[in-house]
Amino acid sequence: MAVTEVPGPVRPTSEALLAKPTGRGPRDNAQIIRWLILFAGGILMVMPIAYMISTSLKWPHEVYNVNLIPEEPTLENYTYVLEDGRFYGWFVNSLVIATLTTVSNLLFDSLVGYTLCKFRFPGRTLVFIAILSTLMIPTEMLVIPWYLMSQQFGWLDSYWGIMFPGLMTAFGVFLMKQFFESVPDDFIEAARIDGLNEFQIWWEVAMPLVRPALAALAIFVFLGNWTAFLWPLIVTNSVEMYTLPVGLSGFGDEADVAWELIMTGAAISTIPTLVVFLIFQRFIIRGVVMAGLKG
Amino acid sequence: MSFYRNLTIRQKRIAWAWTFLAVPVLFYGIIRFYPTGNAILISFQDWNLLGSRTWTGLDNYAKLWNDPVFWKVFVNTFQYLLIGTPLSLLLSFVIAYHLDKLRFAHSFLRMLYFLPFMTSAVAMAWVWRWFYQGVPIGLFNNMLAAMGIAQIEFLNSTTNALPAVLAPAIWAGLGFQIIIFMAGLRAIPTSYYEAARIDGVGWWTVLTEITLPLLRPTIVFIVVFSSIGFLRIFDHVFNMTTNNPGGPLNSTKPLVLMIYETAFTSFDMGYAAAQTVVLFTILLIVSLIQLRLLRSD
Repeated sequence: MAVTEVPGPVRPTSEALLAKPTGRGPRDNAQIIRWLILFAGGILMVMPIAYMISTSLKWPHEVYNVNLIPEEPTLENYTYVLEDGRFYGWFVNSLVIATLTTVSNLLFDSLVGYTLCKFRFPGRTLVFIAILSTLMIPTEMLVIPWYLMSQQFGWLDSYWGIMFPGLMTAFGVFLMKQFFESVPDDFIEAARIDGLNEFQIWWEVAMPLVRPALAALAIFVFLGNWTAFLWPLIVTNSVEMYTLPVGLSGFGDEADVAWELIMTGAAISTIPTLVVFLIFQRFIIRGVVMAGLKG
Repeated sequence: MSFYRNLTIRQKRIAWAWTFLAVPVLFYGIIRFYPTGNAILISFQDWNLLGSRTWTGLDNYAKLWNDPVFWKVFVNTFQYLLIGTPLSLLLSFVIAYHLDKLRFAHSFLRMLYFLPFMTSAVAMAWVWRWFYQGVPIGLFNNMLAAMGIAQIEFLNSTTNALPAVLAPAIWAGLGFQIIIFMAGLRAIPTSYYEAARIDGVGWWTVLTEITLPLLRPTIVFIVVFSSIGFLRIFDHVFNMTTNNPGGPLNSTKPLVLMIYETAFTSFDMGYAAAQTVVLFTILLIVSLIQLRLLRSD
């Protein structure tokens, strides 16, 4: 059975609404030209990614050929880079760190957002304003104190050291608070009458209702931590503890590394997120819009 | 437990609220507020990480004021901001505006524009760095050579390096801005356009009288979001100029790279902290000015 797309409600474009009902004519040509220009622009946008992948599949002698399609595609570069072992380790580090940070953000940001939204208690406004105000503090200002803290507590060069600054984010708290506004208080009252405790109400009643917001937050936090560079660069010392971006940065700088190998490393740190995007495109774009507009 | 049972319902709720907030409040206190104060404190001290801390008052700030590298960096940072923000705003709006009017293969086109946003800045900085190399390595110069055009020095030139570093930063953020603009365009009620059509108003009037005014919240968000990004630019610059951080004669060095080098290459912690306070102040002022300008009337 063919998989067909269920058409959503069709919203007429502003163009269609403004068009005079003249049937076929210059408007169609204008539409075609517009489409072609936008298509060309889109191709230009993905060119750097396409060249990265194409070069990672080329033999060294072909790297300087401007053709996008490799003459004899090879996975030799990937074998070489992965057999070296370092990239594999960096990949695992990035995956573990981005996953744990995402889980922590989903739990704590929503717990705080929920509490600030659904409880009335002394100090509520103060806590909310205090957390929001941290949005104005750039991480660059905090890295020096964070480094000193890490040094004192022995967190340098550890997963914990890389993760601790990002375990909660004010942006996430704000986003979740906005979405918990849409959970009716009646639901929560009903759950209280049913004898659930406050923790159960948050986890079993409220959380399932804000799943789309959780998905949006998860995308943002994961992507942010997967690509994070400045803090991991500062807090890690040993090659084994590097994350993918830090590892790639140093790898590119090694004197004997050729461009096709750098492109392979770049592809290894980019392709996973691209694959996830291509699979969940619709949700990710919706999530980005939600997080962007609410933020 | 009997203590808990004796509380009123209201008191129980308050107890729950603070139980939920206990860990996060500690987190924000220790990981956000204490370091903020600490950074300001260190900015008044002289400290190389190993020796003792000594109070120096405003010496670090005076040193910054008299440092020609700082002023170069200051100008660079504002160049990133003043070229990057308007350019990316204009490009993303024009693309979103036209993309919104297309039906055929709409989501495919949207995907093409959005893909760069999913890449890592470090990986793409290396890709672009490769593009910018001279012949026979770099892609751009190879293409120019194939067409018989003279070579261009990208990263090794004091005039071209900054735009060359800025280009991938704009490129990477464009997809996000386009998606946000398109969501904003979708949110405009169609009845406005219908009314305009009945009145027989031209597209330019529709754009300036209906679309842009109603997009104001979206524009405010994108301007603030992207200018904070350009003021904090680091990953692209650092990775495109690792052999000579900050480009030839500091021509591409932004404030964050200067902070990084002062703190973690020269270990001049007090001086670096003073720079971070300056960055904080700039970010605050720029955001406030933009919110004021764009929210008025």
